Amino acid sequence: MLQSNTFSRKTKAGRIKKEVREIYLRDDIYCGASACKTCLASTCRAPLDASSPLLILDTNVLLHQIDLLENPAIDNVVLLSVVLDEVKNKNMAHYNRIRALSTNPLRKFYVFSNQFHKETFVKRMDGETPNDYNDRAIRVATRWYQTHLGAATPVLLITNDRDNKRRASEEGISADTIQSYVKSLGQPELLDLLVHPAPESEDVTMEQIEDLRPSKKQVVYQEHKPMSEITLGLHRGIYHQGKLRVNRYNPFEAYVGSESIGDEIIIYGRQNMNRAFDGDIVAVELLPQDQWHEEKNLSIADEEDEEEDDVHLAPSSADDAPRTTNLVSGSATETNSTPSRHSGRIVGIIKRNWHSYCGSLEPMAMPAGTGSFTSALFVSKDRRIPKIRIQTRQLENLLDKRIIVAVDSWDRQSRYPSGHYVRVIGEIGDRDTESEVVLIENDINSRPFSAQVLACLPALPWSVSSEDVTNSIRLDLRSLCVFSVDPPGCKDIDDALHCTALPNGNYEVGVHIADVTNFVHPGTPLDDEASQRGTSVYLVERRIDMLPKPLTEDICSLRADVERLSFSVIWEMTPEAEIISTRFTKSVIKSCAALSYVEAQARMDDSRLMDPLTTDLRNMNALAKIMRQRRIDRGALTLASAEVKFQIDTETHDPLDIGMYQIREANQMVEEFMLAANVSVAKQIRDCFPSCSLLRRHPTPTREMLEPLLRTAAAVGLDLDVSSSKALADSLDRAVNILQRDDPYFNKLIRILATRCMTQAVYFCSGDLSPPEYHHYGLAAPLYTHFTSPIRRYADVIVHRLLAASLGIDKLPSVFQDRTQLTSIADNLNYRHRNAQMASRASVELHTIIYFRKRPTDTEARIVKIRSNGFIVFVPKYGIEGPVYLTTRGEKGSGEWYVDEQQQKIVKMDNSLSYSVLQTVRIHMEVVGPQPNRPKLQLTLIF
Amino acid sequence: MEYVSPEGLRLDGRRPMEMRQLRAEIGTVAKADGSAVFEMGNTKVIAAVYGPREVQNRSQQISDQALVRCEYSMANFSTGDRLRKPKGDRRSTEISLVIRQTMEACILTHLMPRSQIDIFVQVLQADGGTRSACINAATLALADAGIPMRDIVTSCSAGYLNSAPLLDLNYIEDSAGGPDVTVAILPKLDKVTLLQMDAKLPVDIFENVMGLAIEGCKAVSNYIKEVLLGNTKQLEYRRGL
Repeated sequence: MLQSNTFSRKTKAGRIKKEVREIYLRDDIYCGASACKTCLASTCRAPLDASSPLLILDTNVLLHQIDLLENPAIDNVVLLSVVLDEVKNKNMAHYNRIRALSTNPLRKFYVFSNQFHKETFVKRMDGETPNDYNDRAIRVATRWYQTHLGAATPVLLITNDRDNKRRASEEGISADTIQSYVKSLGQPELLDLLVHPAPESEDVTMEQIEDLRPSKKQVVYQEHKPMSEITLGLHRGIYHQGKLRVNRYNPFEAYVGSESIGDEIIIYGRQNMNRAFDGDIVAVELLPQDQWHEEKNLSIADEEDEEEDDVHLAPSSADDAPRTTNLVSGSATETNSTPSRHSGRIVGIIKRNWHSYCGSLEPMAMPAGTGSFTSALFVSKDRRIPKIRIQTRQLENLLDKRIIVAVDSWDRQSRYPSGHYVRVIGEIGDRDTESEVVLIENDINSRPFSAQVLACLPALPWSVSSEDVTNSIRLDLRSLCVFSVDPPGCKDIDDALHCTALPNGNYEVGVHIADVTNFVHPGTPLDDEASQRGTSVYLVERRIDMLPKPLTEDICSLRADVERLSFSVIWEMTPEAEIISTRFTKSVIKSCAALSYVEAQARMDDSRLMDPLTTDLRNMNALAKIMRQRRIDRGALTLASAEVKFQIDTETHDPLDIGMYQIREANQMVEEFMLAANVSVAKQIRDCFPSCSLLRRHPTPTREMLEPLLRTAAAVGLDLDVSSSKALADSLDRAVNILQRDDPYFNKLIRILATRCMTQAVYFCSGDLSPPEYHHYGLAAPLYTHFTSPIRRYADVIVHRLLAASLGIDKLPSVFQDRTQLTSIADNLNYRHRNAQMASRASVELHTIIYFRKRPTDTEARIVKIRSNGFIVFVPKYGIEGPVYLTTRGEKGSGEWYVDEQQQKIVKMDNSLSYSVLQTVRIHMEVVGPQPNRPKLQLTLIF
Repeated sequence: MEYVSPEGLRLDGRRPMEMRQLRAEIGTVAKADGSAVFEMGNTKVIAAVYGPREVQNRSQQISDQALVRCEYSMANFSTGDRLRKPKGDRRSTEISLVIRQTMEACILTHLMPRSQIDIFVQVLQADGGTRSACINAATLALADAGIPMRDIVTSCSAGYLNSAPLLDLNYIEDSAGGPDVTVAILPKLDKVTLLQMDAKLPVDIFENVMGLAIEGCKAVSNYIKEVLLGNTKQLEYRRGL
């Protein structure tokens, strides 16, 4: 049966256009109930149980109660397509979660396409609002279910829309609110998961809960402008649209990157942020220029009492560094006359970025009666998130727990947003709980691999078959002396090397990478999962694999003395390390030794050893040194980061010792050949597939980004040339402490400061950018990609496929045809990569606290930044950074100290004492607990 | 965007392998020698055929076969917005050429030397797949005009969106940016006379999509045969046979 759907739509240009669309009504859409005789359910999934009540949910229930729906207590649910469409338009994240529920075989959720069913199709009536139309469609579908399934199966419409409920009752449909339905289930713990609708909305409120908030309903925030006004304002250029990013180190400061201004707009304070969260798309109105704020951020402390800078791991790139730094620029007089940066106020929120947050409840006294609803304030671990008010019946259980909370609403009268409890993670301070929090906060999937994924693995025990060896695409390299060099205890060995001297005096050097794509085929669940995870995550005490353990540690890992499949890059090199020819091939290898860096180094250093393996190592090392020198001459930067290494107690998993990660020649040797392999592969795939290669680029830092480095350097009398990477590399090499000659750590410190001024390298699809933008600044390479670690990075898997296709070994998977899909994969990889790094850092921070809990320590530290009430120090030995206060909190700005901007110094008023940047100070480190269950590391100056 | 829901339904309620509703009418322009209206869902085209007749421009006359000319245009009102230039743009010129070549391949032009056949097709309402609809309409109009043909030509398009081959794309699906394969076949001779695609597609998927489009063409040809048969029966009845 044919129906048409006519409606008016506004085009992008702002004109109204009439659209006519056909709708084909069907009689082959089934009700989804397993016992239904009329529907030919045998052909499709029929998850619904017709013997128990069926639930049909209204849109508002799906939108607000998603956490409740994910609880197995709610089951036997019909999802109407009209409802799903509305959810999809309003909240994509919830839509995806609901879709996941509907495909989960353990849950009884069925999607009924009511709009296309002959009997449940509803034609839009004149003057009917979309909401009324949807409600009517829901009621029609509910009635159809009632008559279709007969009296044996009760059908219950669950809606929190008062009007819809009333009409349903009038039409003889049994309808209920979610609150009373949950109550009827008799499971009190479910009530905590319920979201309580905001009182002013027209939805049915839960009358039973009295409002425990202060009765004075004073308006805290300004009203959000209606959407129509925002659109108009954006159109006229009064408002500016952008994504709000809250400063990680100061939650009262946020930035909106606006395209219409071409600059960032700064938003100071919760008032101006007007209930916006980090990541929301907002509309901003610029404040008049005389209200553009001065640098409040010169002081470490915040405008509100409880929050403050924590000791944290030293940032390793500009992405991790506190954003406040770049504002301390210029002389004070200059900034006074014309504040250079736009500052604004949020007038409306275009799209919310609410999700669930990890944290704990603010300590509070237990109320008298237990078991009743109490309000509590939730403090997120992520400092960018404001406190969230939740209501719970189980306060006594939750007080010392890490919990997850989701945000529901934030009305004008309340200082804090309101949310609801989702689940408990574990006890605060417990290492496993805190690790779990780290994973959840960084959106890392640490769940075990599903059965479908594991089904894609080859049968175990696996070994190289004769077919693999005889396969014409594989080169048999088992006779070569191939070895691997990795950190001690490494189980996922994805690279191995070989080096043989050729009769003509040249060397044949091979890099052999685990042939992961031989086992991970495109389009399989295994591949989808790996693509989602993006990378393995290394925490201090555990590793979260991208691929299942048998692949990671056995089948793909190039262990010693077993035959393994690999993808090889083989060069012929002159003794001067000039590449004469490059060859790519799939191969079979048999590693003769899996060395650690220490072992390899010891072999090279031991002049008595003359065995073939050691000779190969030495030859390679000689080549690597030349290659490294050449790369440095080209302008590659030798950057430094303050990486630390924990020694972990094997029994308790508690850290025993921390120390700087030591870099040996052997590390550099392996690194050099990996870089060379990556560059060779990048060239090959880029030549074959100019528009769909996955490459990695490192953007050139702007002068603005390097500003903090230059200012610090200038303060100690150092002149850095940042005009090019080559110039910067050279001036970094020359950097020595002029004031104090015997300072071995000075150069490294400057390099660390330089590193954190730069952004991170990112993956991209070559079709999205023009060739000059492909440049990798840090490596001074025009083309770069990742090829050498396919076991732990998905980018490498993609590159392996591209390389195989360029050699004609495999067909190019269809993903590469679709640039938008490839771009979204690259974006996901960047996101996962970044999160993995953040998680590793957070894990190190966590273990640092555990380590210092029992060991208060005095140590040396370097001042890296001057603030008005103290300074930030960097502790090289432990790789951490944190504030040291000169004035006690509360009496900040008392005038005892003043800051000399030019010299980057903080000087006592009577000139008796001063501290300048990069100066060495002695500090005391101790874990203190100002609040129960919230330990933190405190740094104090030792005079 | 989701063009095929997880339930396997397209935006307009069709399943991936289903066509839109077909409708055809013969003899809609009385003055022409042959004419037809052809509808595929909301796409509606009208075709009129004049000829075989004397060649208007003597210099174009071909001594051993007929001259086939084709003009494609879109009515000003065919899309929601008013079209500024209904004919003469590049797209129209290209489609005119495509239709002419397709029809020329099935007309027995050698039987009508030194004559001219004019095919006019106009899109009255556009909702994707106009090219296919025009070819189908032109076939009907040629048959109505009684012009000798090897076989009827039928056409249908297919696309590939959300990793699923879709038959007979409508406008929304067509403008999704995915590949759009238009095929025309001679069903009885089982030959392809037109194959166009405006995107890249891996070969194995392309074969699937093309196979689907050919199935579509066969379905169209069955319908067209039915319509022609019905039309002939009516003519028979009118003549009182």
